[in-house]
Amino acid sequence: MTDLASTDAPAAGLSLAETDNGTARLHRNLFIAIAVMLAIAPFVAYPVFVMKVLCFALFALAFNLLLGYGGLLSFGHAAYFGMASYVSAYTAKNWGLTPELAILLGTAVGAGLGLVFGALAIRRQGIYFAMITLALAQMVFFFSLQTPRFTGGEDGIQAVPRGKLFGLVSLADDRALYWLVAAIFMGGLLLIYRVIHSPFGQVCKAIRDNEPRAISLGYRANQYKLMVFVLSATLAGLAGATKAIVFQLASLTDVYWTMSGEVVLMTLVGGLGTVFGPIVGAIVIVAMQNYLATLGAWVTVVQGGIFVLCVLLFREGIVGVISKAIKKPL
Amino acid sequence: MFELLGVPPQALFGQVLLGLINGSFYAILSLGLAVIFGLLNIINFTHGAQYMMGAFVAWMCLNYLGLNYWAALLLAPIIVGATGVAVERLLLKRIAHLDHLYGLLLTFGLALIIQGLFRNQYGSSGLPYAIPPQLTGGQNLGFMFLPNYRAWVIVASLIVCLGTWFLIEKTKLGAYLRAATENPTLTQAFGINVPLLVTLTYGFGVALAAFAGVLAAPIYSVNPNMGGDLIIVVFAVVVIGGMGSIMGAIVTGFSLGLIEGLTKVFYPEGAATVIFVIMVLVLLVKPAGLFGRTA
Repeated sequence: MTDLASTDAPAAGLSLAETDNGTARLHRNLFIAIAVMLAIAPFVAYPVFVMKVLCFALFALAFNLLLGYGGLLSFGHAAYFGMASYVSAYTAKNWGLTPELAILLGTAVGAGLGLVFGALAIRRQGIYFAMITLALAQMVFFFSLQTPRFTGGEDGIQAVPRGKLFGLVSLADDRALYWLVAAIFMGGLLLIYRVIHSPFGQVCKAIRDNEPRAISLGYRANQYKLMVFVLSATLAGLAGATKAIVFQLASLTDVYWTMSGEVVLMTLVGGLGTVFGPIVGAIVIVAMQNYLATLGAWVTVVQGGIFVLCVLLFREGIVGVISKAIKKPL
Repeated sequence: MFELLGVPPQALFGQVLLGLINGSFYAILSLGLAVIFGLLNIINFTHGAQYMMGAFVAWMCLNYLGLNYWAALLLAPIIVGATGVAVERLLLKRIAHLDHLYGLLLTFGLALIIQGLFRNQYGSSGLPYAIPPQLTGGQNLGFMFLPNYRAWVIVASLIVCLGTWFLIEKTKLGAYLRAATENPTLTQAFGINVPLLVTLTYGFGVALAAFAGVLAAPIYSVNPNMGGDLIIVVFAVVVIGGMGSIMGAIVTGFSLGLIEGLTKVFYPEGAATVIFVIMVLVLLVKPAGLFGRTA
């Protein structure tokens, strides 16, 4: 399999520069900038909008971990996102779990689902991998559709209580909830950054770029692939579970294939195989959806158009282009 | 009235028939996907949207031009196939040198555009399309009532599937196609116009999808969303069958439709997911697919 990332992702060509001091300093400064922006965002923007962006950014980061660094295109990430969202909403509403437990439980379900689906999907490669993940996710969608006692069917699970964090701090206020979401997002981002730059991440990139060679060097490629798949599904679950608490809603939209497409789009727009690209992509796409919300099906048309344009003319994505211009991996 | 396995035969055979009809759509669509994948190395995500376009062209022929079903059955594949040729020449050609996953992303975007445009124009509720007068009514076979149109869909699909098989496996043109699938560079060196062959192949695959769309129009109403979910099931069918063999795609398509129909009788809740479950089982037992050549 010739890998997607090897042809385009800037990380492949620039991997030498990653150890260089300038890059490390740049990344540290970027993390500080993100932390500062997170701190002032709720005072300058509508907190719920920022939380939506953060949830989708985390989702896209998780997806990009798999595609950009594992070279595996999953077209079914909505399954982990949506199922975690359902579990988190259901347990918070019907079992009265505190939000952090509901989110953890949702994330765990995302991880479990990722383990099962990942083990199945990595049995095939390339294009088949994408089709299998998509088909498995559609199975989850039909399951959700047919178990209205759990998912609420077409209505979804509505009016999920935000509850009290650790049973102490009420999250009913948007600002209070915002800090939790910001912390989850920052934690997820740092974890992914750490994974990408760990020996594990380096092996994943080696497998992405040349699987037979990595195998010949003694790496068990399938174990690495499965691990990165589970990690990605877990973080996608974390994003979905958090989203359910933020919007107090889990619905069929979250498990439908259009959601899987959206996360691909965010990553593509931001920059495949870049650390910060998915965040930029999520901001662009969520903002666009908000502006175009009144236009109905035109949102779909515009999203499709962006897909086509990105693939034809703009494969590096926004952050990929910047990264190329400053000759440093981002 | 006798019963078969605790189920009234009318219900049983009715669902078997509907299953075979779905199976014929699976067969035609997965056949088109396999032919396109063989030569272009992309999975055509637009296939579902092109199936929907076929149904819409039939509807437009009737309502705007007054052309009947039979004219549409001929015209829709040609018109939609021509749009496919344009798509290949204008878009897919430009990304042919890239990893084939980009082809999946591009055709996915295209599917979103097409579905969105049709939804804007015609809404999501679906438009009725009448069964052609020659094929209304049905036959009483004693154990069941066989609507003529449904019998026609199965026969027409079988003819198209077997015709495609014959074209690819037994004719000179098919030999060129198979040669280009194996080794495009060498085939071109022998003086065969491979880029033209690629374009025509894509157009042909798309025309097959449109043909299925026209067949489906009188059974399911004409709806902008009719292809979206179907294409994912067809992907599962393709994973189960493997894309290596034309006959494999046909056999897998019809059998899975049949199994889905039977599931609807004996365990209705499982009907929507049975094909995905079979896909999981096949992946566990024979990861390359039932008719797959490579692991």
